[in-house]
Amino acid sequence: MTFSLSQEMEAVVDELIARYPTKMAACIPVLHLCQEQRGWVSPEVIDFVAGRLEMSSSQVKGVVTFYTMYHQHEVAPNVIWVCRTLSCDLRGAKTIQEHLERRLGCHVGGTSRDGKVTLLKAECLAACGNAPMVQLNDEFHEHLDVAKVDALLDELGVAPLPAELRLQPPAHEEEEE
Amino acid sequence: MASYDAILSNRFSIDEAWTLPVAERHGAYRVARKALTAMTPDQIKEEVKAANIRGRGGAGFPAGIKWGFLPKDAETTYLVINADEGEPGTFKDRQIMEKDPHRLVEGCIATMWAIGAHVTYIYVRCELVKSIRRLESAIAEARKKGYLGRRPFGKDYPLEIHVHPGAGAYICGEETALLNSLEGKRGEPRLKPPFPAIKGAFGQPTIVNNVETIASVPDILERGGKAWSDITLLPESFRDGGTRLYGISGHVKTPGVFEAPVGITLRELIYDFGGGMLHDDRPLKGVIPGGSSTPVLHPDHKVNAPKADDPMHPWHGKSHLDVPMGVDTMRSIGTMLGTCCAIVMDTSVNMAEAARNLMKFYHHESCGQCTPCREGSGWLVDVLDQIGKGSATRADVDLLVDISNNMMGNTICALADGTAMPMLAFIRKYPQDFYDAVESGMGENTRLDDAVRATLFAEAAE
Ligand SMILES: Cc1cc2nc3c(=O)[nH]c(=O)nc-3n(C[C@H](O)[C@H](O)[C@H](O)COP(=O)(O)O)c2cc1C
Ligand code: SF4
Ligand code: FES
Repeated sequence: MTFSLSQEMEAVVDELIARYPTKMAACIPVLHLCQEQRGWVSPEVIDFVAGRLEMSSSQVKGVVTFYTMYHQHEVAPNVIWVCRTLSCDLRGAKTIQEHLERRLGCHVGGTSRDGKVTLLKAECLAACGNAPMVQLNDEFHEHLDVAKVDALLDELGVAPLPAELRLQPPAHEEEEE
Repeated sequence: MASYDAILSNRFSIDEAWTLPVAERHGAYRVARKALTAMTPDQIKEEVKAANIRGRGGAGFPAGIKWGFLPKDAETTYLVINADEGEPGTFKDRQIMEKDPHRLVEGCIATMWAIGAHVTYIYVRCELVKSIRRLESAIAEARKKGYLGRRPFGKDYPLEIHVHPGAGAYICGEETALLNSLEGKRGEPRLKPPFPAIKGAFGQPTIVNNVETIASVPDILERGGKAWSDITLLPESFRDGGTRLYGISGHVKTPGVFEAPVGITLRELIYDFGGGMLHDDRPLKGVIPGGSSTPVLHPDHKVNAPKADDPMHPWHGKSHLDVPMGVDTMRSIGTMLGTCCAIVMDTSVNMAEAARNLMKFYHHESCGQCTPCREGSGWLVDVLDQIGKGSATRADVDLLVDISNNMMGNTICALADGTAMPMLAFIRKYPQDFYDAVESGMGENTRLDDAVRATLFAEAAE
């Protein structure tokens, strides 16, 4: 099964190539276009890009494996990246991740039981002042808490969890007792 | 609280300042027009030199001097903007790109004319979708208006700007890795020399500057380099001029990005701009001053500069929090100014766990070309995990120090140093946290979000 881009996208590729003194320089943006259309970077996508930009398939593969934003396996129609770097962790990112994992029924790196969402761990996404945050597909969702994460998942049609399975708030702090 | 003029950020709060008509109504492109029609490239370069602007991307190199390294007779020169913003804790460039992209476009126009370039590539990390969209639309507007293209402002000097997306790799913020990535390759740093100013993008002389550095150029030209430089609060001898964006995140009441002159103190940043510590009963334990690669500072540690001729003498005996933030002042107290975006940690934080969080980041992001960096960062994580499991001894803390020392100084790029230096500072300044972790482990129970955890459930609990 070979891969090809839509005619519309092909025109964009031509425009991209024209921006640089070498064809190869269009590699990263062209791979993004292909992933947008195909959902992931399949071996066929790699062969296509190699042919289109006069590179070898192993060169393109070397690029694809270097960067984290190219999916080398099929992913769900929605991808949630949860930032776990320091500023976010200080403001609750671990709790956000735990809540996501429970409700989706998968660990980071996996796909939800209903197949709707793939959950991935991100490194700092330049939103540290608005922590904790996740990226859902193309959009940042910042200043999160448990209720806001629930609202996001509701919108994606992810089933709610029965109350007894939900992540519980921490026990009252000692000084309050 | 002192109040400072919004200069670089003066359009941030204006509705739709990202569109050309609004930006232009508030001053955009006046300088670009003047630069192209009434200034010579040398005049622009002189102003930028006089501005004493230190690169805003982290290394703090004076931009005016960097521009001077370009060969005189180059046929093709490129301007490349570093918008990879990935240094943990840093979130300032995104503000410029989202709120006022025309300022960056205008800076690119003036800079291209000054350095003899016709093409700019803005390398934006691909996760910043909104920044990319705003920049692309700003560039299209500028082209349509005749500010870019064949005859910008009627001048026979073609100019073009392209946005180039990254694909997820912190190391591509390192300028030579960025250039490889721009060329369609794996983002592996190159050996220097040759420096990009001699052999950069596509083998041609190239100036790589941070977003904020170039976005400051219009203000520098508008006010004049000297006047812009004088905005700084530092003595002139530091040659660290102007105004800049500061960020603050972590355990403060009002995290965010703020503009202030060069040389405010961390105390001002935390307690004025940041609104003070998140919980009044949990004091400051440590602050990472300028992105995660800059060594942590302890509020009780003091400046030691007893000699009268020491440039740091005016702050002798004062807390590190009271040192004006500048490239050289921060270096003098054993850390770095970096990106000027601070991460604040209160007493709920176990510094061994904070270190583990960051070391995992660096291990994940090492490009793997150099053995000390690739193996060293992995080893640090392993040892920290052992400590976390409670299966380590005190000697393992010394091992962390040895590994770090062996990572420094002999690698292709500065990522290895940026890993080892913060690791060493965490141990040197908070040894007890590491020894306690050795005694009792920090496995599952140690979290970094104890300070806020309960509040995340606030609504759900109602
Ligand atoms: C590992 C590493 C990551 C870096 N990341 C960035 C970055 O995200 N943005 C940036 O502007 N500079 C970054 N830099 C610094 C650049 O190499 C370079 O110094 C800078 O882009 C020069 O621009 P300036 O002089 O205007 O600061 C990084 C450096 C290293 C070693
Ligand atoms: S120091 Fe690390 S990140 Fe830099 S080139 Fe070497 S291995 Fe790659
Ligand atoms: S640490 Fe999460 S966005 Fe920076």
